[in-house]
Amino acid sequence: MEEISALLGGFAVAITPYNMMLMVVGIVLGVIIGVLPGLGGANGVAILLPLTFSMEPTSAIIMLSSIYWGALFGGAITAILFNIPGEPWSVATTFDGHPMAMRGKADEALVGAFTSSFVGAIFAVILITFLAPMIAKFALRFGPAEFFAVQFLTFASFLGMGRGSPFKTLASMCLGFALASVGLDGVTGTLRLTFGHEELLNGFKFLVAVIGLFGIGEILSSMEEGLSFRGAHAKLKMDAVIRTWRQLPRMTFTFLRSCIVGCWMGITPGGATPASFMGYGLAKRFSKNGRNFGKGELEGVVAPETAAHAAGTSALLPMLTLGIPGSPTAAVLLGGLLIWGLQPGPLMFVEQKEFVWGLIASMYMGNLVGLVLVLTCVPFFAAILRVPFSIIAPVIVVICAIGAYTVNNAMFDVWMMLVFGVMGYLFTKLGYPLPPLVLALVLGDQAESSFRQAMLSSQGDVTVFWSNWLCGGIMTLGLVLAFWPLVQTVLEKWRGGAVATPA
Amino acid sequence: MSVRSLKASALVLGAALGLAAGPAAAAWEPTKAVTFVIPAGTGGGADQMARFIQGVIQKNNLMNKPVVVLNKGGGAGAEGFLEMKASARDPHKIIITLSNLFTTPMGTGAPFNWKDMKPVSMLALDQFVLWTNAEKNYPDAKAYIDAVKAAPDRQFKMGGTGSKQEDQIITAAIERHTDGKKFTYIPYDGGGKVAVQLVGGHVDSSVNNPIEAVAQWRGKQLKPLCIFDSKRSTHTGKITEDMAWSDIPTCTEAGLPVEYQMLRGIFTTSGATDEQVAFYVDLFKKVMATEDWKAFMDKGAFNETTMSGAEFEAWLTEAEKKHRELMQEAGFLAQAQ
Repeated sequence: MEEISALLGGFAVAITPYNMMLMVVGIVLGVIIGVLPGLGGANGVAILLPLTFSMEPTSAIIMLSSIYWGALFGGAITAILFNIPGEPWSVATTFDGHPMAMRGKADEALVGAFTSSFVGAIFAVILITFLAPMIAKFALRFGPAEFFAVQFLTFASFLGMGRGSPFKTLASMCLGFALASVGLDGVTGTLRLTFGHEELLNGFKFLVAVIGLFGIGEILSSMEEGLSFRGAHAKLKMDAVIRTWRQLPRMTFTFLRSCIVGCWMGITPGGATPASFMGYGLAKRFSKNGRNFGKGELEGVVAPETAAHAAGTSALLPMLTLGIPGSPTAAVLLGGLLIWGLQPGPLMFVEQKEFVWGLIASMYMGNLVGLVLVLTCVPFFAAILRVPFSIIAPVIVVICAIGAYTVNNAMFDVWMMLVFGVMGYLFTKLGYPLPPLVLALVLGDQAESSFRQAMLSSQGDVTVFWSNWLCGGIMTLGLVLAFWPLVQTVLEKWRGGAVATPA
Repeated sequence: MSVRSLKASALVLGAALGLAAGPAAAAWEPTKAVTFVIPAGTGGGADQMARFIQGVIQKNNLMNKPVVVLNKGGGAGAEGFLEMKASARDPHKIIITLSNLFTTPMGTGAPFNWKDMKPVSMLALDQFVLWTNAEKNYPDAKAYIDAVKAAPDRQFKMGGTGSKQEDQIITAAIERHTDGKKFTYIPYDGGGKVAVQLVGGHVDSSVNNPIEAVAQWRGKQLKPLCIFDSKRSTHTGKITEDMAWSDIPTCTEAGLPVEYQMLRGIFTTSGATDEQVAFYVDLFKKVMATEDWKAFMDKGAFNETTMSGAEFEAWLTEAEKKHRELMQEAGFLAQAQ
């Protein structure tokens, strides 16, 4: 109960007209940052950080964290409308969000995405409010072997879920791994696969690839299909919010599963992007509607969005209690804390009570304000689809190009984006799935370093992954998930062709 | 403050500090926004310092054009340095350095050298401290090194940031004094992460910068054994109940004669004229004179050595030589060299 009174004290700090104004400004800026691909939350916060040096630390973090919430909300908008993920964690939102938009249900997809973002965030904040010290200790148990186990589980939850040939899925994933290995090898400190080209020093950046594969690829497909967005004829109805909310109670388990996955990934810290993929993968595997995923199922929007937002929010916990950032944006905020004269770490909750509880209170407020703001704008966002394709398509291409350029301020990335665009188009035409490639590109690096770090510390002994219950448990779960489709097939055959119901 | 009075005050200040060779030295001013390149990712030590400097310049109106911060950390910073090399004629670019100024070209063979840029100032030297988990309770650095000597080869794990960079170089330097016993060096992608891995007992020691591990020190999770400097820290404010940075013995005192500091310096492009370099030298003098800067130095327990001009160039030449020796000995040099 101590937490409740501390939290109320926090609300008193957060709810002043000045702080509320900063919150709204932050969220609006964040949504804009989230919508523009390339200009991610981390960059947005970094750009505005110097402006906050003369502010009170509590006001400053309220504004900057509001930018973060805004960016988490905003990433979904272009993902659903144009198949361009504004942020890495909205890639999984495109899988079902964009098909929904093409079926004229853009408004429902948007409402679903925003609402589930809110649910995920609130779940994570409640967890932070009551369990912060305990969770902080748990995160300390994560060494390289445990990190690899979690990354392995993410891949496993995604394996074998493609509708097409499993070999095409494998080919696509391997190409992703190959692309992810270009650039500096963090473990040996040498350059790989750059062939002496300075442009390749940085490797293939995930966002550039994604903007090309999804955004440009989509434009190419639309052009082939007669220069029109199929969602253009959607009638604008003002009751989208109620219509969507009515469908949500059916998805309680998906919400719950994604919340847990998200918080887990945010704290450990795995990050919002793997969390969204894992949330989607698990929902597809275990939901009754799993078979329809990818064709425009509301549940396929809810699952990744909930997980991403839960992860994004809980990522702030290891930052406050341990001083390790759970996400790139948290890393920038961490720098901010130091500059404002606050020392994140084990003593933060003791020494900076007012600041910490002010921040936690602002998480509740910020997400609520954010939800109201973006929900009121849904009809406006959905109306963008009514603009004729011939006008909107060049605008999208320009936004994509700016986004790709912003990632590293390099013209080379814009050309890469176009190459990836053509690749995305060909992949779609030939029936190769894009998600495994994208997943391998975003997680390949991290999984590789964790694996090699674990191997270094165990002197090459693979059993290190089963050296304790935590790590061994996650690895075993991963193996079960990876081979689940195989087990299922065997079971079906064994039952003499009777249809086995997925667990 | 108008641009004119700002110029005037810059002139007065420049003259007052006695830097200017003549009135012409402060005459150049940026005609467009100055790009401040960080050869590292967001959130690290160099990034924090650069963004802090940007804030100080803005807050105190030290320049009539804005500063734009740009992270170019690809290829262990090679991306940022190559950009500086390629824009030799644009004096509106400055870069902050970390040890990768030396280690990246030597370790990866990326084609650049500090001589491809023009040195402006050394702002400070970042310290390194030998940390262990507080629960292990090694009384001093000697006891820890003795434990390493007594254990089987590679049993002790040293966590550090990056590969073939400062942390691993220090580790290699420590291994000169462990009777041939090696550490298993485990590279992580950030200093904060290393400190947490040490608290969690996944590695046995680290050589984190003060600011990366101070929180865990105060929380009684980590214990500093010694500082890799020739003299003790000058920061005497109490950090924990009974210790200040200045209470940590130097490693040499503790029987481990290893010294290493990391340059936090500013460079501009190689085509910059003397006037242009003088402008930046003066600008950073003003930054370093602010109260904010002093507080920042205190927080990170920096070694506050600063220099510019010929003295700085001599220091750089010496530091490059030292890095080459250390890396040669540890076998970190790229094959091309």
